[in-house]
Amino acid sequence: MGRRRNLPIVALAMAVIAVQLLTAAAGKPQYLTQLTMAGYYSLVIVGLTLLMGYTGQISLGHAGFFAIGGYTSGLLTTYNLHPLIGQIPVSILQACGLLVSGKDLYGADLLVVRPWAACVVALLVTIGIAYLVGKPVLKLKGHYLAMATLGFGTIVYKVVLGSSLVGAADGISDIPAFPLFAGLVVTGKSALRAQNYYVAWGLVLGAMALLTNLIRSRVGRALRAIHGAEDAANAMGVDTGRYKLQMFVLSAALAALGGVFLTHYNGGIGPSEASVMKSVRYVAIVAVGGMANLWGALFMGVLLNFLSLRGSFGSYDDAVFGLILLAIMLFAPDGLLRAEFARRLPGLRRGQKAAP
Amino acid sequence: MSLALLFQYLVAGITYGTIYAIVAIGFNIIYNATGIINFAQGEFVMLGGMIGVTLRALLPMPVAIAGAVIATMLVGALIEMLFIRWLRRPSVLRLIIITIGLSIAIRELALLLWGEGVRALPYFTGTAVTSLSVGDVHISPQVLWVLGISAVMVAALNFFFARTLLGRQMRACACNREAAQLCGISAKNMVTLSFVLSAGIGALAGCVISPITYVQYDSGSSLALKGFTVAILGGLGNSMAAVAAGLLLGTLESFSIWVMPAAYKDVIAISILLLILFVRPSGLFGNAEAARLKDY
Amino acid sequence: MSLLVVKDLCKRFGGLQAVDNVSFAVASGSIKALIGPNGAGKTTLFNLIFGALLPDSGQVWFDGKQTDGWKPHQVAAAGMARTFQHIRLFPKMSALDNIAVGRHVHSRAGFLASMLGLPWTRREQRAVREKALEIMRFLGVEELADGEATSLAYGQQRIVELGRALACEPKLLLLDEPAAGLNMRETSEMAKLIARIRDTGVTVLLVEHDMTLVMNISDEVLVLSYGEKIADDKPLAIQKHPEVIKVYLGEDDA
Ligand SMILES: Nc1ncnc2c1ncn2[C@@H]1O[C@H](COP(=O)(O)OP(=O)(O)O)[C@@H](O)[C@H]1O
Ligand SMILES: [Mg+2]
Repeated sequence: MGRRRNLPIVALAMAVIAVQLLTAAAGKPQYLTQLTMAGYYSLVIVGLTLLMGYTGQISLGHAGFFAIGGYTSGLLTTYNLHPLIGQIPVSILQACGLLVSGKDLYGADLLVVRPWAACVVALLVTIGIAYLVGKPVLKLKGHYLAMATLGFGTIVYKVVLGSSLVGAADGISDIPAFPLFAGLVVTGKSALRAQNYYVAWGLVLGAMALLTNLIRSRVGRALRAIHGAEDAANAMGVDTGRYKLQMFVLSAALAALGGVFLTHYNGGIGPSEASVMKSVRYVAIVAVGGMANLWGALFMGVLLNFLSLRGSFGSYDDAVFGLILLAIMLFAPDGLLRAEFARRLPGLRRGQKAAP
Repeated sequence: MSLALLFQYLVAGITYGTIYAIVAIGFNIIYNATGIINFAQGEFVMLGGMIGVTLRALLPMPVAIAGAVIATMLVGALIEMLFIRWLRRPSVLRLIIITIGLSIAIRELALLLWGEGVRALPYFTGTAVTSLSVGDVHISPQVLWVLGISAVMVAALNFFFARTLLGRQMRACACNREAAQLCGISAKNMVTLSFVLSAGIGALAGCVISPITYVQYDSGSSLALKGFTVAILGGLGNSMAAVAAGLLLGTLESFSIWVMPAAYKDVIAISILLLILFVRPSGLFGNAEAARLKDY
Repeated sequence: MSLLVVKDLCKRFGGLQAVDNVSFAVASGSIKALIGPNGAGKTTLFNLIFGALLPDSGQVWFDGKQTDGWKPHQVAAAGMARTFQHIRLFPKMSALDNIAVGRHVHSRAGFLASMLGLPWTRREQRAVREKALEIMRFLGVEELADGEATSLAYGQQRIVELGRALACEPKLLLLDEPAAGLNMRETSEMAKLIARIRDTGVTVLLVEHDMTLVMNISDEVLVLSYGEKIADDKPLAIQKHPEVIKVYLGEDDA
């Protein structure tokens, strides 16, 4: 049984490898860049699928969490602490090995937070904010929830757009690479393209493994119950408030993880990552994927983000996602890749027959 | 801070607040008829302004404005008939996403038609520098136009809902759809009418405010968020309270420049929205029990 | 011994006193019926007992603990389960999954353990499924296990909802009009089922309009009218109670 469960993950892993080999064979390694970026966006999308499709809680603010992750890590790894050397907090950080020194473009001394530490802080900050925001917001339903999350997303956007600390309209640039371990580095250098592709998709695989486990579990069942009939779920003993909040925080953390990695990969981040249109785009992808269909959302996410990043939609990028959203909700509210279809795939079907 | 400056801020706040109130009333009209929050509400205001400016190039101003209002009403009717009317028992989530999709579609269409440029109708009376002075205080005549036309709109709407047969039919549908239908009222047509009305008042507001605030393809979304804040502040569905709430928000926002950089002006409004949603979703003037009864 | 004790419970909706100073007790192992005309406040009383509504005043004691002010999931964890007047099954989930949700309070895998797919969570999952199937067998509907719950026939949905509540292995079961919408045969089967559930040691408090069912299986009957308790007695005594005849039975017999 355990092996059958993992079949889709193994299949995805093989597809990831196959795609890399194909691009290499076809002499088009540049595609890997967009696929890497699409992978990081997929982290937002699969988390949002669980929150929206399974738990039934809409969020129009997930670009905000992506941006909080990216901006926090970007700011910490670029903010120069060198002038503050000698001050006690800086000395403590230095002693703990959390800082790293270097030279900026003009050869001036630079002392910034180590990417690992920045990444951890970015995740913790996002988790904290998601918790504080989610606690009151998730008590709301329907339009109120939609507007409140939209409001949150807009606040994040306006703040990053208005703060000169994070570069206002220009955003943060010259963000250093993120050395992981064993020589793996998150960076946009074209020499390390394949490596970075695998890093991104390794993360996606990990997230998919965790999330597919989750939807098949007691928690997944409770989440779907909340979606279907919240009061009845509550009466069956499900602490609905807590489950919604945990799911919200989990999806925010995934979004932030995508934000951190993509920011280091791109070497920069700008306010457009926090825009409401980005949040709407994530919602659109979840909807096309089939709402409660993790694999559908992943597939559509990669497809649409890849096309969008390659510039296939030209200047109609936002329009395309708006129209997709509209068309899907009008004509196929259960999504193009329906859950019924997905259930027929081997290994996805829940073992519903009694054990012999 | 001189008294005159204080007053200047107050006037600016009231002007913006009036527009927020009109947008909120637009939300309320559709909400009362359908239970839908129309996320494309701000786009009606933008369309009104844009079409008005375009027609102004060919026609005298009053005709251009009337044309803009009528055209936007048509858009409202089309939206309802093409995208809402035929849905069978749509979920709230679906309706939210559809109106969001519509707002994006309208915005992108506007970008296509009019580009990114910032436009405005000329001042109705005088120019940008014309002002009526009372002592140290200077008021642009356009402010008076905004206040006057908005007041007329609110009065006309009140008259419509209280006195005319059509208005009463709409109210009957809002109270009890089934019962109204039994009395021979077409609930579907009332819904279309609600979209037409709210598009119309949005468009008119968009025309009168455009000399002061300018209009751009994407100016709808921030207006929608403010308008929604005001609608919630006053209690969803309650239009008279929305006027008070609009003036309140406009003034608060205007004075917020004292304590915060102007870039964060929107943040104030949204923070108020979140705060109200968290502590008193029925609005400042609403009845908490009654608000919870509504089925979202 | 009383499993449930309700003391001076009051609930007002705007100008309407939906539950007016109601007190009663349900003896352990018994079936108590709650009857009264539509709008008498029966469902509201259920919601107050279960924590779905907060009482304006009064107390609820369940299994020796004061539970008013608790949230429904806390009440459920303490050993109470319910069904709803208007069926509230989980759509897009199989009947078996619906019933499995009822096992929530008897299992414990959280987010982290579930995501990691720890071996014990899988064992727990298997046990949950076994138990859910066992309940479906007890109810005689195991062949419905794979069907989508909300597409089943109405009577079957009622049974599945009952099964979901039973999966909580409750001490006290609240049934809100379990026979509403059922035909005569289904109703008498439901009556037998409720009696069998009582025989397994579960205490039952039920709202029902079907007088045959109520009189046949209840040990005691509580009558509510306009939020007030007007009688609380054995079924036979209730049938003779003058006020009950006036406000309730009289209406039906007329
Ligand atoms: N949430 C609520 N808000 C306002 N009034 C309610 C609410 N729930 C029930 N009521 C009213 O309280 C009264 C009792 O309702 P209910 O308990 O459902 O009666 P029953 O179940 O006995 O038919 C009815 O008049 C009903 O309209
Ligand atoms: Mg009832």
